[in-house]
Amino acid sequence: MRTYQPLQFYNEPLPGVDESELHGKLIVIEGPDAVGRTTQVGKLRQWLEQEGHAVLDTGMGRGALAGKGIKQAKEGNTLGAITMTLYYTTDFADRLENEIIPALRAGFIVLTDRYVFSIIARAIARGEDRRWIEQVLGFGLVPHATYYLRAEVKDLVSRVVLGRGAFDYWESGMDIPFGNNMFDSFVRYQTRVIRALDVMAKKYGFVTIDAGRAPDLIFRDLQEHIRNLELRKVREFPRVNGANGAKRPKRKTH
Amino acid sequence: MFSPNRFRGKLIVVEGIDGSGKSTQISLLSHWLRSRGYAVAFSEWNSSPLVRETTRRGKKKEMFRPTTFSLIHATDFADRAERYITPLLKAGAIVCADRYAYTAFARDVARGVSRRWVRNLYRFATRPNLSFYFRVPLDVAIGRILGGRDAIKYYEAGMDLGLSRDVKESFRIFQGHILDEYEAMASDVGFHIIDATLSIELQQRQMRRIVIEELGNRLKNGLLRVPPGEDHAYLPATAVL
Repeated sequence: MRTYQPLQFYNEPLPGVDESELHGKLIVIEGPDAVGRTTQVGKLRQWLEQEGHAVLDTGMGRGALAGKGIKQAKEGNTLGAITMTLYYTTDFADRLENEIIPALRAGFIVLTDRYVFSIIARAIARGEDRRWIEQVLGFGLVPHATYYLRAEVKDLVSRVVLGRGAFDYWESGMDIPFGNNMFDSFVRYQTRVIRALDVMAKKYGFVTIDAGRAPDLIFRDLQEHIRNLELRKVREFPRVNGANGAKRPKRKTH
Repeated sequence: MFSPNRFRGKLIVVEGIDGSGKSTQISLLSHWLRSRGYAVAFSEWNSSPLVRETTRRGKKKEMFRPTTFSLIHATDFADRAERYITPLLKAGAIVCADRYAYTAFARDVARGVSRRWVRNLYRFATRPNLSFYFRVPLDVAIGRILGGRDAIKYYEAGMDLGLSRDVKESFRIFQGHILDEYEAMASDVGFHIIDATLSIELQQRQMRRIVIEELGNRLKNGLLRVPPGEDHAYLPATAVL
């Protein structure tokens, strides 16, 4: 007889969702802007599909309901910090209810590029209230694993400059702004984001991966961790602490 | 529940179910305040241009569920609060709001969203200086709505909840739940209750009296006013957001 841990909400169950029906696995890739998350998610998806898993990959701001609106709002010059936080939260709720949960019901591995933690980290970096945003996002499902790609700001800077060639307005927190030019603002804003993610790493049980290394090495680390999740053994998972710090109740099979 | 109003300006809000007559009353009140020389701004529920397209698409394609419906309205509210209500309060205006966070507290909870969650959601909102609740029996309100308009919309009728296949019946049940939520919070949140079955004139007289009683002295200091000698009638109309 094995004990297992079904997926669970942090503290605010969504109306009409029965957690015991969710047989899939929820894997989160987190990390600051330009750390290389999207590359890793793409590689992981390919690998997991080769291994025979059905994979859904999803990411922030990509939902059918609010994705377009967020994109348009970011092109204008009037998007306030709280408004942005709530717009992204709307998008997350839409993807959770209409993409993630249906896929988990169908037994998929859901690979998500950012999760509630990025919304929280950005909000905190912009000076919003931690408890407020954590409770607002309390309807998020506790993932089976969260991999935090961690790098120093200088690594992010070199990725931005060598990779994309220019700083992005929002990634630099220029809406606040944190400095009088994009470089200074980027450095200060991303430092705050990283600090917020570091604080969450402990509280939410992230697996921290050193992302200051070559992409291949990061990928190998991720593969090893994910292999240890034993994805084939459906419904079998270690206990995860909820947002309120309380242990999740034990449930047994049969 | 809210963040305290530390600004020079004052915030007056009206609440009540559809057909309670609150919009008529806040409009009359704002005209009266303007005629007394105050800088008056007006904000309406669900009117942010930033969010409009998303709300419209979500409604048209029936994409909303209780949580996303609640969140998009909170996003709309946040946009109006950050860009419009807060700066105007700071500047010393009287902001009149047709519906406020209490609408979400009543309507989203009637939709099945948790009471605690939705109250936390609006914690960033400025606490109103005055909140009027227009109390009306369900049948009176429904009579006004059905008499005055053609079609009740899908979400307005709570059709997403599957309460009834009949739109009118669903609307009646849903508005009944909302009314229950308003009544349950009324004493809690300190509403000034107006009997919305009285004549329009009488309700307005009560509102003005309450404004003077409650805000009287505070209306004398700090608020932005038309300088003496200038005629307010020549001022451009305030923007509505």
